[in-house]
Amino acid sequence: MPAIKTLATLFLCITLLLSGCSEPPAFKSTDITGADWGKAFVLTDPTGNIRQLTDFRGKAVVIFFGYTQCPDVCPTTLSTMRDTLALLGEEAKRVQVIFVTLDPARDTAEVLGQYAQAFNPSFIGLRGDEATTAALAKEFKVFYSKQKGPTPETYSIDHSAISYAIDPQGRLRLAIRHGEAPEIVAADLKLLLAGK
Amino acid sequence: MNALRIALATTCITLASGVAYASDVEVKAVWVRGTVSGQQATGAFMEVTSQSGAAIVGASSPVAGVTEVHEMKMDGNVMKMRAIPRLDLPAGKIVKLEPGGYHVMLMALKQPLKAGDTVPLTLKIEGNDKKTETIEIKAEVRDLTAAPMRNGHKQ
Repeated sequence: MPAIKTLATLFLCITLLLSGCSEPPAFKSTDITGADWGKAFVLTDPTGNIRQLTDFRGKAVVIFFGYTQCPDVCPTTLSTMRDTLALLGEEAKRVQVIFVTLDPARDTAEVLGQYAQAFNPSFIGLRGDEATTAALAKEFKVFYSKQKGPTPETYSIDHSAISYAIDPQGRLRLAIRHGEAPEIVAADLKLLLAGK
Repeated sequence: MNALRIALATTCITLASGVAYASDVEVKAVWVRGTVSGQQATGAFMEVTSQSGAAIVGASSPVAGVTEVHEMKMDGNVMKMRAIPRLDLPAGKIVKLEPGGYHVMLMALKQPLKAGDTVPLTLKIEGNDKKTETIEIKAEVRDLTAAPMRNGHKQ
């Protein structure tokens, strides 16, 4: 009996030791797993269809908020995501990149649709009205603030330059820094697609 | 005679499309990010060097209703973009207008800018003698999706 007891204790110790050794997945982006925000969106795509986060179950979603008149951060981020998908090869089919406009007044459905798809035909540009946009930005902790330009139509928008990654179960998981290399983003998305 | 004039004119145009010189200011590697139809604004990027020190104090282009020199800065994770009244060109130093920093902002665009097109730009330069002059340059339109050089975080 004591031998069995010793064995059982030993087994328990090994189990505990092993579980202690299993490290959390090595994401390079900021792990925000468990966030109680950024849980849902309901927006309109350029063809007028309502799209929501639950539509993309089974895919990793990368969501970025910006505006098409942004000369720098927005096209750079979308180019990074295009290059990321190229690195993912076949797995890219399980990734959905979404560009949400913070400027629905100027980013009409037509402009937004052409803009997002110029980077990759699979990218989707989504928009809401001003109130929906403001509520969604709050939900995703996205800061944005209109800055007056020389004429009423030429304002610019200061905004958060972070992209978020959502796992195939629809859970907000990662905050991807602006300027991150496609190799890093691709590695992180691979982990999410592998169920990490 | 006519042939010679045409040859000279061609040479001048060729020079203008690559490198533009004022008395001591050189502008190189000029490009504009293309746009989709309906998109009202974009940025122009370039490398500017003044031999004796100068400043860019204005810009204009026939393709845009409003043209300004802008500075982009990251404040934490927030991108902020502001018009600046002058961009100093320290003597002998290459000042790069590139994604992640400065750009010439073209707003109220009169037409979409297609990759491969050429856009005329005028820079207003103030020399270290306080005299202003203008430089005419031609910017190559690159694809909207042109990726910048990846040189790390600009924070």
